[in-house]
Amino acid sequence: MSDLFRVEGLTKNFGGLAVSRNISLSMPAGERLALIGPNGAGKTTFVNLVTGQIRPSAGRVVLAGEDVTGLGAVRRVRKGLVRTFQVTRLFSELTPEEHVTLTVLQREGKARRILSRFTGHSDVAGEVEGILSTLGLLDVARRRVGEIAYGQQRLLEIGIALALRPKVLLLDEPAAGVPSSDTPRIEQALERLPPSLAVLMIEHDMDLVFRFARRVVVLAAGEIIFEGLPSEVAADDRVREAYLGNYAHARSVA
Amino acid sequence: MQVVAQAQRVPAPSSVGNRWLRDAIGLALIVAAGLAGYWLFPDNLALLTRVIAVALLVLSLDLITGYCGVASLGQASLFGAGAYAAGIACVNGVTEPLTLIVIGAVAGAAAGLLMGTIMLRAHGLAQLVLSIAIVQLFHEAANKASAYTGGSDGLAGLTVSPLFGLFEFDLWGQTAYLFGLALLVVVFVVLKFIVSSPFGMLCRGIKQDPIRIRAMGSFVFPVLLKMFVISGAVAGMGGALAAISTQVVGLDSVSFELSANALVMLVLGGLGSLYGALVGTVIFMGFEHIVSAINPFHWMTMVGALLIAVVLAAPGGLSGVLETITRSARRSKGGRP
Amino acid sequence: MQTVLSIAIDAFAYGMALFIICIGLSLTMGLMRVVNLAHGAFAMIAGYIASYAARDLGLGYAAAIFLAIVGTVVISIPLERLLYRRIYGRPELTQVLMTIGITFCVIGITNYFFGPTLKTIPLPGSLSQPVDVGFKTIAAHRLFVMACGVVVAGGLWYLIEKTDFGIKLRATVDNAAMADALGVRTQVVYAVSFAIAIGLAALGGVVGAEFLPIEPYYALRYMVTFLVVVSVGGAGSIPGAVAACLLLGAVDTTGRYLMPEFGNFFFYAAVIAIVCVFPRGFFGRAQ
Repeated sequence: MSDLFRVEGLTKNFGGLAVSRNISLSMPAGERLALIGPNGAGKTTFVNLVTGQIRPSAGRVVLAGEDVTGLGAVRRVRKGLVRTFQVTRLFSELTPEEHVTLTVLQREGKARRILSRFTGHSDVAGEVEGILSTLGLLDVARRRVGEIAYGQQRLLEIGIALALRPKVLLLDEPAAGVPSSDTPRIEQALERLPPSLAVLMIEHDMDLVFRFARRVVVLAAGEIIFEGLPSEVAADDRVREAYLGNYAHARSVA
Repeated sequence: MQVVAQAQRVPAPSSVGNRWLRDAIGLALIVAAGLAGYWLFPDNLALLTRVIAVALLVLSLDLITGYCGVASLGQASLFGAGAYAAGIACVNGVTEPLTLIVIGAVAGAAAGLLMGTIMLRAHGLAQLVLSIAIVQLFHEAANKASAYTGGSDGLAGLTVSPLFGLFEFDLWGQTAYLFGLALLVVVFVVLKFIVSSPFGMLCRGIKQDPIRIRAMGSFVFPVLLKMFVISGAVAGMGGALAAISTQVVGLDSVSFELSANALVMLVLGGLGSLYGALVGTVIFMGFEHIVSAINPFHWMTMVGALLIAVVLAAPGGLSGVLETITRSARRSKGGRP
Repeated sequence: MQTVLSIAIDAFAYGMALFIICIGLSLTMGLMRVVNLAHGAFAMIAGYIASYAARDLGLGYAAAIFLAIVGTVVISIPLERLLYRRIYGRPELTQVLMTIGITFCVIGITNYFFGPTLKTIPLPGSLSQPVDVGFKTIAAHRLFVMACGVVVAGGLWYLIEKTDFGIKLRATVDNAAMADALGVRTQVVYAVSFAIAIGLAALGGVVGAEFLPIEPYYALRYMVTFLVVVSVGGAGSIPGAVAACLLLGAVDTTGRYLMPEFGNFFFYAAVIAIVCVFPRGFFGRAQ
């Protein structure tokens, strides 16, 4: 198996409405893929299908040669299929250090121990410090998450995902809601992701997409309408139609 | 100020050592308060022992409501399971007090397992209704199985043998009180460890956002169920202590009223804080003792008004108020928390 | 056969009494998303007012009912303004605590004024006689309760499905912000619905007093029953509430007739089973 990760014919119908139609794509190790598309194209549904939050009507999800379609979200995470959230889901009362520590302990199967200590495992602490320092979060490591900047919270989302040692990472709009002055920090963090990791990023910020992705997939109305190099996207007629047609349509409604 | 600063090493504050010191002081305060009660109110030791038993119940409720976010109006079913198990064992010849406490804990844990399995199937309102239905069902079961439980007359005639074969459970309740105080301190220390363990952290995470916890690769149900079992053991010990000290087990130990009162005490003291659970219990039961002796309906009005006030003015309970005060005091001194 | 009929009639009458009280709670919870544990407290206030009006003031039954409803709604208005408005949209636990607090206060204050005894509401002669309905004689009061239940169910259905107010109500339930933007005065819709809910609680408290006697701890004793009915039926659903009241009324009454020694055992066992199978109730809306 040359592909680390593959989806085959993924389809989801809500009642009569098809929100994902026969989506197939594959990613080798080290892939940097961006998934873009106009609003309502079904990008978040796709992430939810891949990560197991919702069940597909048809199709398969294959991770490292193993069919994981029948597994729930938690088991997929344990197999190395990890996501971040479009809107940060963090614990406002805990610190970044505690977030990452909890994640590492969970990965090591130590998080359910009731009489062990939360802090003081030197190997865990070392790993946590490593992750936080890569992301530049060391100086806020012991502040409550509710008190740190949104850009830093976005970085922490990525940090939690990395602490799970993923094989495949799905980044759901990592720069969403971040002030433009902070996007370079996010970009830098994305550049430092482990080289062997296969990354699928959903993003609206086209600058970020062009800098990060080696391959781009365009989703419109639940279907893949383009797959190719970033430099070719803008020139593609179907992509133009999907974006601009949508725009024109929106104008006529408003 | 730069929003995202460059990575740099920061000297770690010695928060671990601080926490140990704080917990040691807290524990010393509990022991001191307990012993002060012993010297100051020698005629009210039965009441004080009851306060300790109920404090265990409130602590157990704090574990699932305060730390896991599962609201329950049926926590007394776990307390009652422990009380009846210990009571029935005692009537049938098992009279060693520590054994009785263990029996209570085991019965409470079993009831917690059952209750958690049922309650965790639902969410929100349905969950709350299930908790009420369970305590009512336990209540009816205890009422009807009068051959074992004494029904509405209560299970009387418990004679507990001396503690360690040395200390008799005397008429004034001195042994029972000190025994209860020791039990409370031990349980409190163990719970302090549990809530600051990785497991405790996981529970707090689930309370805030179960989806995040799932995305971290942890199942939610088994974690919560485990907390229900622990909570059941704690409540069961409380029930067993009540049975040993009063030598009677009544239907009120598995009642909706006791469950609701436990929730009120917890909220009064502050959810998600073990100290809050203790403070809430002591204050609530102290006032109850004084006011309800005058007129039980005044007492209800007062509790009601207090609850409304807590919801409107101090959602964190008394311990929350205390924390806000100390935090703002520290802020005004210019120091960082 | 006679026993089955008696049970059926008792169960139906009891179910209808439950329904009149609970439908108001169901509306509050379905529409305003407020877990109002103090709902029974309003039924209790109405019972005390009716009892006072009928026995101490010597008013007729109809006048007592009217006075009870008006009085209870008037009492509820400042409570809605001052307390309930602050818990709309708050977490369930907050709502539970606040409304338990209100319940305790109502119990304490009512008993301070009226004394801790059971209150009766004397029935007029026409309602206390048995009536021959052909195959059986039934107490007139039971028929009256059944009729009230049917009228309330029908009236509410008409109000919600057929009137202008009903359209605004449903719009507000579906999307309060959108309804607001479309010019529906949602605050008014909330206030009116709350008043209707309380009025129904009051009516149910008075006419159902034969089944659920008015006593000092009424609000606490039946709090659980009311809550159970709503969560079994599904908050905000009239057919759900009817189904839940009839079913639970039947389980309860049958249990009492056939196995009185088991009391409420069957009632709560049925509740646990139903809630486990239908966590949103029979007709609950997905949230």
